[in-house]
Amino acid sequence: MTVPLLKVDELRIALAGDVIHNAVEEVSFEIGRGEAFGLVGESGCGKSITALAIMGLLRRPLSLAGGRIALDGQEIQDASPSEWRRLRGSRIAMIFQEPMTALNPLSPVGKQIAEMFVLHQGASWSEAMDRAEEALRQVRVPSPERRIRDYPHQLSGGMRQRVMIAIALACGPDLLIADEPTTALDVTVQSEIIDLMAELCAAKGTAILMISHDLGLVANMCRRVAVMYAGRIVESQPAGAIFATPRHPYTQGLVDSLPRLGERAKRGRQRLREISGVVPSIASYPAGCRFNPRCFAATDICRNTPPAQTPLPADGLVRCHHHG
Amino acid sequence: MLPILARRIANIIPTLAAVVALVFVLFSVLPGSFVSAMNEDGRTTIDPAVMERMRKEMGLDDPVTTRFAKYVTHIVVGDLGTSFRTREPVTKLISPRVWPSLKLVFAAMCFAIAIGVPLGFIAALRPGSVFDTASMVCAISGLSLSQFWLGLMMMYLFALQLKWLPSFGYGDGGIYHLILPAIALGVGPMALLARTTRAAVLDVLNADFVRTARSKGMTETRVVEWHVLRNALVLVITTIGLQFGSLMGAAVVVEKLFAWPGVGSLLVDSVFQRDIPTVQGCILLIVTFFLLINMLIDLAYVAIDPRIRYG
Repeated sequence: MTVPLLKVDELRIALAGDVIHNAVEEVSFEIGRGEAFGLVGESGCGKSITALAIMGLLRRPLSLAGGRIALDGQEIQDASPSEWRRLRGSRIAMIFQEPMTALNPLSPVGKQIAEMFVLHQGASWSEAMDRAEEALRQVRVPSPERRIRDYPHQLSGGMRQRVMIAIALACGPDLLIADEPTTALDVTVQSEIIDLMAELCAAKGTAILMISHDLGLVANMCRRVAVMYAGRIVESQPAGAIFATPRHPYTQGLVDSLPRLGERAKRGRQRLREISGVVPSIASYPAGCRFNPRCFAATDICRNTPPAQTPLPADGLVRCHHHG
Repeated sequence: MLPILARRIANIIPTLAAVVALVFVLFSVLPGSFVSAMNEDGRTTIDPAVMERMRKEMGLDDPVTTRFAKYVTHIVVGDLGTSFRTREPVTKLISPRVWPSLKLVFAAMCFAIAIGVPLGFIAALRPGSVFDTASMVCAISGLSLSQFWLGLMMMYLFALQLKWLPSFGYGDGGIYHLILPAIALGVGPMALLARTTRAAVLDVLNADFVRTARSKGMTETRVVEWHVLRNALVLVITTIGLQFGSLMGAAVVVEKLFAWPGVGSLLVDSVFQRDIPTVQGCILLIVTFFLLINMLIDLAYVAIDPRIRYG
């Protein structure tokens, strides 16, 4: 068996407060070289901090409390700060949700891209600026020779996210983590950005960890999808199977709540289905299955015993007592 | 840059005009006058005829509108009026005072920036550390101390007991006479700067773009050098500007305490003697200084922050 590019094993992230809570626990998944993997869940389910943990960027009050993160078979969870710095940017890169605030407002975008070449490849500033221009051309920013001198506020949201992609892919990383990269953008721009990301990553053989609350978007782009709920992965399947045969009631709820074109005409006016209730806060996770207060199929066992993982075909898994 | 400068200077003029009007109105509605003040203590009785003549000479008899018109037309040509007390032009009284005042204010500000900004910076990089706590306790104490008390204590310790420095006066204008009053004046702004710098740096350290910078694989030193410094500076400059501008007014107490021959002590003396033209001149100068410093700060913003374009 080949070694996966990224292997996350039993990851546990602690949130320190008056009492220490586990914001994320028992999270395991693998991403193969060049593979696109999706991580889906509602706000606050722990998907973003899972990404930060893989980048080694957890900051107080969050900290890594257990589990292993292996890149190319090499465990990195205990790496020293300087080892982390060599990984970040050059082997694992990240795109953040807010292109408005993720770029330094006082620095020209070209310089912010050029920093990558200076940091990781020891380029001189003038050489790095030339390559930054080339990087901007690759993410299809029009007239890059002028744009490298622009400041972030002079660019639109979509253009800024292109700059972020250029920064992230500058040093040809093995893994790109995209944390809700299109959530803050106009719908029309969203697909452009997603297509661009997928195309560039495919060309360079970069694997993608796509984090989103949008199951439709993730399923279109990724080969495999994992669904997170309240700090745990509740279901993981190939993208097609997750739509066709969602096994966890939460996933079924997510699939049902997606609007579908043409549905209305067939069945007449109908409300979109929703999942009632809200995500429990970290301090008050319910006993048993964490989804049970919102679950239509909940029984006594769900309220008392946390469900174990059940393997599904094609390396899938589900964490439910009543998985169909 | 030049059009911005021109526009800022143009903006100053109406503000200055408003201040001129306000100061004039304020002193014309105050009860009493220079002439009645001479008579006030009751020790010297002045012949009513003499008082009448003095009033006439000083133009105190004219209606308010006439006096205001006269005042404004004189100011436009740079004439601040004639001092009631010395019968000299106010400009001649004030001009030798300007340089000592500026020197004191600049020295105090240099002290405040040199100590306050690094203090706040280091505290922010190690939040919760002993250094952080200690420096912020010092900062709060510095803010709470009165200049007057601090000045006296320093005089007592450094001048009387240790005899390192002269206790008061301007001397030959050298640095020795400057040190004590500058520190007494600078401690307040220093403390405030330390606190704002700390807050500003902490604020920037939590910004999204700093997280981006860390995700690029930079050392923490680089992150601070490349992305934190400049952004924090924008916030720090605001405080520097406000403190600097108001320092000439705040210097009144320190100048009086250290017998510093500046605009502030002239202002205090003139208030006691109801020498209205001199008081007005001093206030006008202090306000102008405040406005000029603010203009410089605005220009500094433009230089630092590309998002700011005064249009």
